[in-house]
Amino acid sequence: MASHVTSRLVLFVIFFVLVGLTALTVWVAYQDLGSWNAPVAVAIATLKAMLVIVIFMEMRFGQPLTWFAGASGVLFLLLLIGMTMADAMSRGWLGVPGK
Amino acid sequence: MDRAEKAVDYLNADYGVRSWLLTRDHKRIAILYLLSITVMFMLGSVFAVLIRLELLTPAGDVVQADTYNKLFTMHGIVMIFFFLVPSIPAVLGNFLLPLMIGARDLAFPRLNLLSWYVYMVGAAFTLWAVITGGVDTGWTFYTPYSTTASHTNVLATAVGIFITGFSSILTGVNFIVTIHTMRAPGMTWFRLPLFVWAHYATSLIMILGTPVIAITILMLGLERAFGIGIFDPALGGDPILFQHLFWFYSHPAVYIMILPSMGVVSEIITCFARRRIFGYSFIAASSLAIAVFGFLVWGHHMFTSTQSVYAAMVFSVLSFAVAVPSAVKVFNWTATLYRGSITFEAPMLFALGFIGLFTIGGLTGLFLAALGLDVHVHDTYFVVAHFHYIMVGGALMGYLGAIHFWWPKMTGRMYPEAPARISAALVFVGFNLTFFPQFILGYLGMPRRYHAYPEEFQVLNVMSTTGASILGVGYLVPLCYLIWSLWRGRVAEANPWGAAGLEWRTNSPPPTENFAATPIVEEEAYAYPLKEPEVV
Ligand SMILES: [Cu+2]
Repeated sequence: MASHVTSRLVLFVIFFVLVGLTALTVWVAYQDLGSWNAPVAVAIATLKAMLVIVIFMEMRFGQPLTWFAGASGVLFLLLLIGMTMADAMSRGWLGVPGK
Repeated sequence: MDRAEKAVDYLNADYGVRSWLLTRDHKRIAILYLLSITVMFMLGSVFAVLIRLELLTPAGDVVQADTYNKLFTMHGIVMIFFFLVPSIPAVLGNFLLPLMIGARDLAFPRLNLLSWYVYMVGAAFTLWAVITGGVDTGWTFYTPYSTTASHTNVLATAVGIFITGFSSILTGVNFIVTIHTMRAPGMTWFRLPLFVWAHYATSLIMILGTPVIAITILMLGLERAFGIGIFDPALGGDPILFQHLFWFYSHPAVYIMILPSMGVVSEIITCFARRRIFGYSFIAASSLAIAVFGFLVWGHHMFTSTQSVYAAMVFSVLSFAVAVPSAVKVFNWTATLYRGSITFEAPMLFALGFIGLFTIGGLTGLFLAALGLDVHVHDTYFVVAHFHYIMVGGALMGYLGAIHFWWPKMTGRMYPEAPARISAALVFVGFNLTFFPQFILGYLGMPRRYHAYPEEFQVLNVMSTTGASILGVGYLVPLCYLIWSLWRGRVAEANPWGAAGLEWRTNSPPPTENFAATPIVEEEAYAYPLKEPEVV
């Protein structure tokens, strides 16, 4: 809690890492990686989110309940993506266009 | 009571506009919310009146199609985002949560005030959109119509909803932290009133769901304003993706509206039946089950879109399953009534109305969760009737019951009982006359969202408009006598209903710090019959 303080140096380093990753995202967007386009973009975004959560939001000092709260957000995001993809990927199974 | 000996309470502790606009007292913020959402409710009702007037006759005479499209859109947006979602949590939850758990305030009083300001800014954007021409996309904002075709104020409305979403999130965070950390000594988790459990579950949905609708609305705005291809197939997007994202929040949002009402019903039923609640832990657990499983069923809104049949089957089965925890509550309330010494004060009438109407709304939801039947009644008045049974027959009845039940606590005055019972009856009769014919209309094939219809549907539509008039009177009467009671109502004692619960053990209205001394809890919730009335 209040006893844990992240040093200014760490905050600045992480800030510039995040800016760098943003630049990387932009650069990658102009490269054609075929079917890897989306996974690479999502991977960079995930890394950035983790840095924000663990360093800036000081989740690394969090108690188990705080981790549980954070994890439930991730779980529901996976649920959203998972069930949406379940639809998108099974749309062609019937062999009827649009079904 | 003599003015000189009147105790200091949260209402007379301080005077002036400033003392209200800068207050951090959860009770005063609740009153601010009460005034704001009442205005929004009246606005939404005006749209409803115009809709029902237009549908009195088959031809388009009061308004034409374009205006009608805007009317039902703005009715939905105002009623859902600006009335129903904040109604019970922001008014009664705000007021009662700290009182019920024996705390002096919410965990983050400034955040609480901020949530009201955020709500007001969001409402201002939306009102501006309404005044400068309105929106016609339906409250669901389906793409690609909302991003490419509609020429109305989609962006301003979207910004309004985006902003208001944050007030929901702030309220949810505040409630969860408060319930975790601010409970009085002895107030264990399984001694919490079910109203608190219901708000805990509601807050979970607010936190987990609202960011998704905010992002979705933001993406919609980006596509509309800058042509970024997310939902538009012409730009490489997927319109069905919008429906997924939208309903991921908007189905659970139904539970944001109904769960707090369920909490209210648990409080009222036990009080006026003088009985312990039947199956306390089942009702508490079913609130959490609804909050979690409510997130797994959103695809039932998309059976007639191009969603895959296999996904639809899964969503259908899960939708049937989510009816179970709701049914658990209804059965437990019924069992609580069994052999109770029941009295029929106005809050009880509203609560009983809730149980009946919510049950009809819930069971017709199962019709819609069935894949085959949904294809027939999708986008008809059957759907309109179904969700009004949930949202008006359920959520709004609960809200009215709650306002009556806790009015003496909030204002220190009793409402007059006779007109309150009459208005409960008017609301019940008016509601059923408005919406039951719509089940039949929908089954016969009348589609929703049209300003004109074939002549064979007129009789049922006239019935519906008649019912809406009665319903309108049923809402106006309480508005009058509640305002009247502020000056002329009988002065309320601390516990006018002889109810259990910590909120009844402090003055009516409570002092700013809620309790003179921190209460210590030594018994379960709903320990009816009460031992002896005591005031801390
Ligand atoms: Cu739904």
